[in-house]
Amino acid sequence: MRLTRDNQDRLMLVAIWGAAATTIMFLLWVVWHILSNGLAHVTWDFITGAYTRIGEASGIWAMIVSTVYMVLLSLAIAAPIGIMTAIYLTEYAKPGSSVVKMIRFCIESLAGIPSIVYGLFGMTFFVTTLGLGFSILSGSLTLAMLILPVLIRTTEEALLAVPLSYREGGYALGASKIYTIWRLILPSAMPGIVTSVILSTGRVIGESAPVFLTAGMVTQIPESVLESGRTLTVHLYKLTQELFTQYEWDQAYATATVLIVLVLVLNMATKFIASKFNKASH
Amino acid sequence: MNKLAVNNLNLFYGDNHALKDISLPIPAKQVTALIGPSGCGKSTLLRTLNRMNDLVEGVKITGEVAFEGDDIYRDVDVKQLRMRVGMVFQKPNPFPMSIYENVAFGLKAQGIKDKKVLDAAVEESLRSAALWDEVKDRLDAPGQGLSGGQQQRLCIARTIAMKPEVILMDEPTSALDPIATHKIEDLMDELRKKFTIVIVTHSMNQAKRISDKTAFFWMGELVEHGETTQIFNQPQDQRTQGYVSGEFG
Repeated sequence: MRLTRDNQDRLMLVAIWGAAATTIMFLLWVVWHILSNGLAHVTWDFITGAYTRIGEASGIWAMIVSTVYMVLLSLAIAAPIGIMTAIYLTEYAKPGSSVVKMIRFCIESLAGIPSIVYGLFGMTFFVTTLGLGFSILSGSLTLAMLILPVLIRTTEEALLAVPLSYREGGYALGASKIYTIWRLILPSAMPGIVTSVILSTGRVIGESAPVFLTAGMVTQIPESVLESGRTLTVHLYKLTQELFTQYEWDQAYATATVLIVLVLVLNMATKFIASKFNKASH
Repeated sequence: MNKLAVNNLNLFYGDNHALKDISLPIPAKQVTALIGPSGCGKSTLLRTLNRMNDLVEGVKITGEVAFEGDDIYRDVDVKQLRMRVGMVFQKPNPFPMSIYENVAFGLKAQGIKDKKVLDAAVEESLRSAALWDEVKDRLDAPGQGLSGGQQQRLCIARTIAMKPEVILMDEPTSALDPIATHKIEDLMDELRKKFTIVIVTHSMNQAKRISDKTAFFWMGELVEHGETTQIFNQPQDQRTQGYVSGEFG
């Protein structure tokens, strides 16, 4: 059967709309499924309470604190290194030189390694060889390596988007390279850098395997970065390993709900901050 | 007296011989216009005068640019040079910050922090660039919110703030409407009293209106240079004759 040109167009349009609608439908379905099963069980006690392996205490406060520690520490390690590497690549390195090619190759390879491999490496190197033990610090170092490639790439893109005319204008006034980068180029690239940091935060929150291999699963609030802690995602993983009663199912869904809300809030924060910066610079 | 002297300058972009054995004196406190068709090397020459070509990969330069007798590629620190030889670009390029911060940027880069010194320099520079009256009530407003002509005067103010001796202008009005262009030309008439100005322009009428000396470039060569009136009225070379009479270019 031959289709007329008009009918071909219509068919294509239906296919495109269908694909878009399917995407949205799946997203809404997943969110609805989690929220409808979990939201009712997210109580004040659940969020702020303690957790015991056996018994009625099923609060996730320790996991929230561990997650926050993990996010802050891995960003504190990865962000400076990532941003400075990106500055080197865009502002200092000779484009196309063999050093740049090598760094690029490393970054791309690092980005492609499955996260569980990072976990194995972290467990061997940070936990055992360096003797840091199963701790927030070991986990953060591992996650820092994990988010570094994306941080570098996105920061690089933000820096490259800064017009050449700003650099020329800065240098033409006799300003040094460092001053021009620090006071002119970095501030101009800030919305992009902030976005990339927030996206990395999402990644840190989302990982489970490399985290429990390096930070362990202790359900206490860690008193220092050298103590073990269980992040929300690891907690959810652990809960799903032993779903025997309705009560355990409810906990799992409630934890998932908290995670989804957290990620949604982060995404909205990204948009808000980016638009703030855009307004400030125009 | 010559402020700048270009002596036997050759410039290569990789294999491309972009400037061929250029020798050109640039007299102090006068306006020197560099004219010629697109790609003739006039902008390239301008950018060798404050070493902006250093930023371009693969540029090789032979010969000399003397700034009050010192070879700028050997004897002078490039940051010092750029403070003394300022530059205004083709497209206004105010920084994404306030009007005040735009003008103060170069001074702050030199470590000047004293608010009084900065305030005074900002006001003086904006007055010299004939922009003060239009912006004095909104110095905190973003520089990029100004009109095109105002933006270019802001860039001129930013350059003046460094108290340069020479101002290089790379087609400073080509992105502006006729009224804004007129204002910039008026301003240049004021600036010539204090500064040595070198301007690249596409507009022969502009060169005629504002310059004392004119240099005509053709395919990387300096064909001839001299008094503006002489270049336009009695050109010695046939190519100059053809260009100023509008036969090509």
